[in-house]
Amino acid sequence: MRETTLHTDSITAIDATHEPLIQAPAPSTRHMILNMGPQHPSTHGVLRIVLELDGETILKAVPDIGFLHTGIEKNCEVKTWQQVVTLTDRVDYLSNLSNNLVYALSVEKLIGDIEIPSKAQWMRVMLAELQRLNSHLVWLGTHALDIGAMTMFFYCFREREDILRIFEMFSGQRMMTSYIRIGGLALEPPRGWQQAVGKFINAFPSKVDEYEELLNNNPIWKRRTQGVGFVPLEDLLDLGVTGPMIRAAGVKWDVRKDEPYSSYDQFEFEIPVHTENDVYARYRVRMEEMRQSARIIKQALEGMPEGAWQASAPKIVLPEREKMKTQMEALIYHFKIVTEGFRVPAGEVYQAVESPRGEIGYYVVSNGTSKPYRVFMRTPSFGNLQALAPLLEGRLLADSIASLGSMDFVLGDVDR
Amino acid sequence: MLPDELKDHAGASALDAAFPGAITGGHAERNEPTLWVAPARIVEVCRYLKDQQRFVRLSAVTAVDWLPAAPRFEVVYLLHSLERNQRLRLKCWLSESECEIDSVTGVWRTADWYEREVFDLFGVRFRNHPGLTRILMPSDWEGHPLRKDYPVHGYKYSYQDE
Repeated sequence: MRETTLHTDSITAIDATHEPLIQAPAPSTRHMILNMGPQHPSTHGVLRIVLELDGETILKAVPDIGFLHTGIEKNCEVKTWQQVVTLTDRVDYLSNLSNNLVYALSVEKLIGDIEIPSKAQWMRVMLAELQRLNSHLVWLGTHALDIGAMTMFFYCFREREDILRIFEMFSGQRMMTSYIRIGGLALEPPRGWQQAVGKFINAFPSKVDEYEELLNNNPIWKRRTQGVGFVPLEDLLDLGVTGPMIRAAGVKWDVRKDEPYSSYDQFEFEIPVHTENDVYARYRVRMEEMRQSARIIKQALEGMPEGAWQASAPKIVLPEREKMKTQMEALIYHFKIVTEGFRVPAGEVYQAVESPRGEIGYYVVSNGTSKPYRVFMRTPSFGNLQALAPLLEGRLLADSIASLGSMDFVLGDVDR
Repeated sequence: MLPDELKDHAGASALDAAFPGAITGGHAERNEPTLWVAPARIVEVCRYLKDQQRFVRLSAVTAVDWLPAAPRFEVVYLLHSLERNQRLRLKCWLSESECEIDSVTGVWRTADWYEREVFDLFGVRFRNHPGLTRILMPSDWEGHPLRKDYPVHGYKYSYQDE
């Protein structure tokens, strides 16, 4: 009893000026209110969940978000079209290239008459898939660490390091790549990228075997994950959940297949689907996605088209340095692009791509000037996180960590 | 009135037949069908689209501030049908003096957080919302940051003062 009053006091103190997220329980009940986060290691970021507990059972879970809100959408409105690319990196630090890609695609759709050469498109696909591997590896490592399988973390981060080295090779940055730009890529693909990607991708499938060998039939892992975190499929769809979460519930929907972009229709790959709809099924779906991504990267590596890596659109793409020294037009275009940017025809588009976490869609509005009028980011983590309460309520507190991990959210992606 | 380019869009034409007068316009620019819906009828239109036209997913709800135009706010609903692999955009125009619209949380539960976000960042109110509070900004924040008359650096702080 004494403990109950202590906890309710602390929570009402935090929300002194506002309505508490959960009303304090009557002193006669044995319910306890527990603050999980915002600095809890298993929330993978700054998420606060207020839990009402009856013993070990969660009665009510109310997520509190916004701790990482940095006003990215507002900032987009004062930057030129090309400058916004650097902001899209910072939305989701585990899938920067997917964010670069969806922004570039939506602006290119607004511009209309710009043709992205096939080399740039294939390069985008390859990098987006490497990014998916990177994100899934971080997810697997941290998710397993949460549940108690510490070795996985070291294995996954070993492979992730190789991917980050490849990103650094391409863009000069390990995480904030900004490599996919409106009109193509930021830089010419570096010399020797084929060897670097080839070396990684030839070894990678055997690494996935290694992970699965550790986990697939591991009795502790199975007991912590099988049958945990079930939410009916109708509820998942109603709550706006996308990505591996609904593919583990039997919905074969993937933006890459159903609304192909950036020449994904030229690649052969499968959409892994499971129907058990629990933490274990989500794990299996992501593991198979890693194999499929490796397949796509291999195809991209072997069939990479020759040719230009930027569109021939002198008003949008910066000219080559050499041309600027010899041709006056190139110098003028360079000056115009750098000082005032380029204008994008008025209108609006919604472009969706499949990020490692689900549907990421940008709704971009232009009023015909050199800055976006509005950029709305429909981020998968924000959509998925709404399913948190049904995922936790009525379950044991100990299972909440496994359920949280299986959602694979990034708080930067939630709060923007 | 249904625009000509959307006459052969199955969902849009069925909607127009079922609710005459609810659609006030629209376009299909860049192959993205968009319908303007009378704000008073948004809930019944959404309910019909979800139940009869299989738009089971609501991708997001957002808004655009068209200051100084009137009506000022545009609330945008991004719908998606898994079965038909189709997307549809609904728009409602709201004036500044009456920036209030019925909530669609009764149709799709996912609208809950998106409407809170629109309320938080634009100050558009949603009637019958289960808990319309700020979601991204602190609960004692003043103003609505994504409005066009809200300065990027906020009201309280500015680099000029330093």
